Amino acid sequence: MSKRQGPVIFSDIEPYAGLKSAVKMGESKIILDLVAKSNLRGRGGAGFPTGLKWKLVFDTQADKKFVICNADEGEPGTFKDRVLLSEYAKLVFEGMAIAGLAIGANAGFMYLRAEYKSLLPLIEKVLTDMRADGALGKNIMGKEGFDFDVEIRLGAGAYICGEETALIESLEGNRGEPRNRPPFPVNTGFEGYPTTVNNVETFAIIPHILTKGAEWFKDIGTEKSSGAKVISVSGDCENKGVYEIPYGTSLNEILKMTGTSSAKAIQVGGASGVCVPKEDFTRKIAFEDLSTGGSIIVLGEKVNLMDMVENFLEFFKEESCGQCTPCREGIPVFLEAVKSIKDEKCTKEYLQDILSLAETMQCSSKCGLGQSVPNAFVSVIEKFKNEYKLSKKIKEEKVFNG
Amino acid sequence: MQPICSVEKIIEKDGKKIVVCDDTRSQLFKLLQEAQDKNGYISDKDMQEIADILDIHPVEVYSVVTFYSFFTDKKKGQHIIRISNCMPNEMAGSKEIIKVFEDELKIKLGETTKDGLFTIEMTGCIGMCDQAPAIMVDDKLIGNVDTEKVKKIISGLKQK
Ligand SMILES: Cc1cc2nc3c(=O)[nH]c(=O)nc-3n(C[C@H](O)[C@H](O)[C@H](O)COP(=O)(O)O)c2cc1C
Ligand code: SF4
Repeated sequence: MSKRQGPVIFSDIEPYAGLKSAVKMGESKIILDLVAKSNLRGRGGAGFPTGLKWKLVFDTQADKKFVICNADEGEPGTFKDRVLLSEYAKLVFEGMAIAGLAIGANAGFMYLRAEYKSLLPLIEKVLTDMRADGALGKNIMGKEGFDFDVEIRLGAGAYICGEETALIESLEGNRGEPRNRPPFPVNTGFEGYPTTVNNVETFAIIPHILTKGAEWFKDIGTEKSSGAKVISVSGDCENKGVYEIPYGTSLNEILKMTGTSSAKAIQVGGASGVCVPKEDFTRKIAFEDLSTGGSIIVLGEKVNLMDMVENFLEFFKEESCGQCTPCREGIPVFLEAVKSIKDEKCTKEYLQDILSLAETMQCSSKCGLGQSVPNAFVSVIEKFKNEYKLSKKIKEEKVFNG
Repeated sequence: MQPICSVEKIIEKDGKKIVVCDDTRSQLFKLLQEAQDKNGYISDKDMQEIADILDIHPVEVYSVVTFYSFFTDKKKGQHIIRISNCMPNEMAGSKEIIKVFEDELKIKLGETTKDGLFTIEMTGCIGMCDQAPAIMVDDKLIGNVDTEKVKKIISGLKQK
């Protein structure tokens, strides 16, 4: 075990304590109730209540069900799942097996991004050890009929496959194009069977809740955001790395924790997230304030924020699956707008058009990728007026014809 | 461990019995990854063979291969070096690292050296921003890269 410190995942726990508690509880309903009562919400970004997701799978009638661990971690600036898989893989698989018991699934996948292929031998060894310990396989922990095993599937370098329906498409051997929802994976997931998709971190929390209880978990964090978040801190900061912070921790506190004396802004949530100015560093990491998968990029005085926005847009251009029009056609328009702002050729009117295109993309794109493309752009335009100059010309120089 | 799938079927490939999913093409990735690991790319012949195994049209295999950036249907260098250019990496100097690779190998980004040893590419975030600038050399993640490290990596791979 590693020496990391934190209130939840990085707190002490005996190996397999979560599985043992789950087996003792025995019934699905008791486990589902406990997870629901803990207020645990998904750590992958969207923050869907985990207990509810599992219950929806449990309630769907089917002869097979699946558990999927989303280890596609692709958001720029996140690396906490890499660290969790390197140091806490056993806890993650324990969480998956508990999910299997709770929803009635015998099989699980871990969708591991191709970039983390070098972790494979280590993770496979954990699986082998767990099978030898009776923590995976048949009759887990001696419980008759509690069968569960995990297969690792490698991705092939596509950020969009982190989106859960694209991930399922990819697992089935297809292009990673997000599906229409509904139907949701909880009803119609892998191969049409009810499926829960959860983040690496979400699974790693489960054994702690099973062992220490819902009240213990709810005492950590804020009223609306129970527990803690594992964040990845990078950029212009002294001690980059992974930290587990209780929900409600402010950006100022994060800077202090990482030994960073000054920053002009912090990009919270990676390329899909928002840029927060210094004045707002009192804002907190929580579902009710800054909700994030955990990417914290500290931006020093020298960083040009328009360059940053351009970097994100280039990334989205590369990674958009191209399936729907607002996303496919919108990204190049934003890129053009950034270039014209950098050249000081963008008029006020043109900018207004772009901001209304932002709204269109946010509400009409098919999946979270297209919906979050405008976030960084809009936050920089609104909060950092000193960072760019508009053209003085009144007449529209560019006509937006989308 | 046997693969997890909804309906299993045992087939023969290279004289060995393997289990595939009968009702799905869910094993496609594994077959593509094996083909690519063997030759460094997925040839037309590989695609045809895989399509036959899974009983799907080769064009479907092709459409999957072209969707994913880690699959390639063109021969590339024996070693693929991917330089991450996500924001934290750009802030830490990924552009300069690209330049060092270009100068050392005398090729441009996206190209392969004449001896067929190296291809250099740019890639998105590789989950190593705590150690930016970071790169991937084949499957290996390498952080805190500087000019000296680039030279060492190249000479190390040349000696292999
Ligand atoms: C473009 C895009 C990329 C995503 N990438 C990831 C990812 O890398 N890891 C992850 O856990 N969730 C990712 N998600 C969220 C998943 O769709 C899904 O909500 C999540 O895996 C559910 O797990 P949770 O409930 O434990 O958070 C992504 C969503 C979108 C739209
Ligand atoms: S929003 Fe973008 S990534 Fe999502 S489905 Fe549409 S084109 Fe694909």
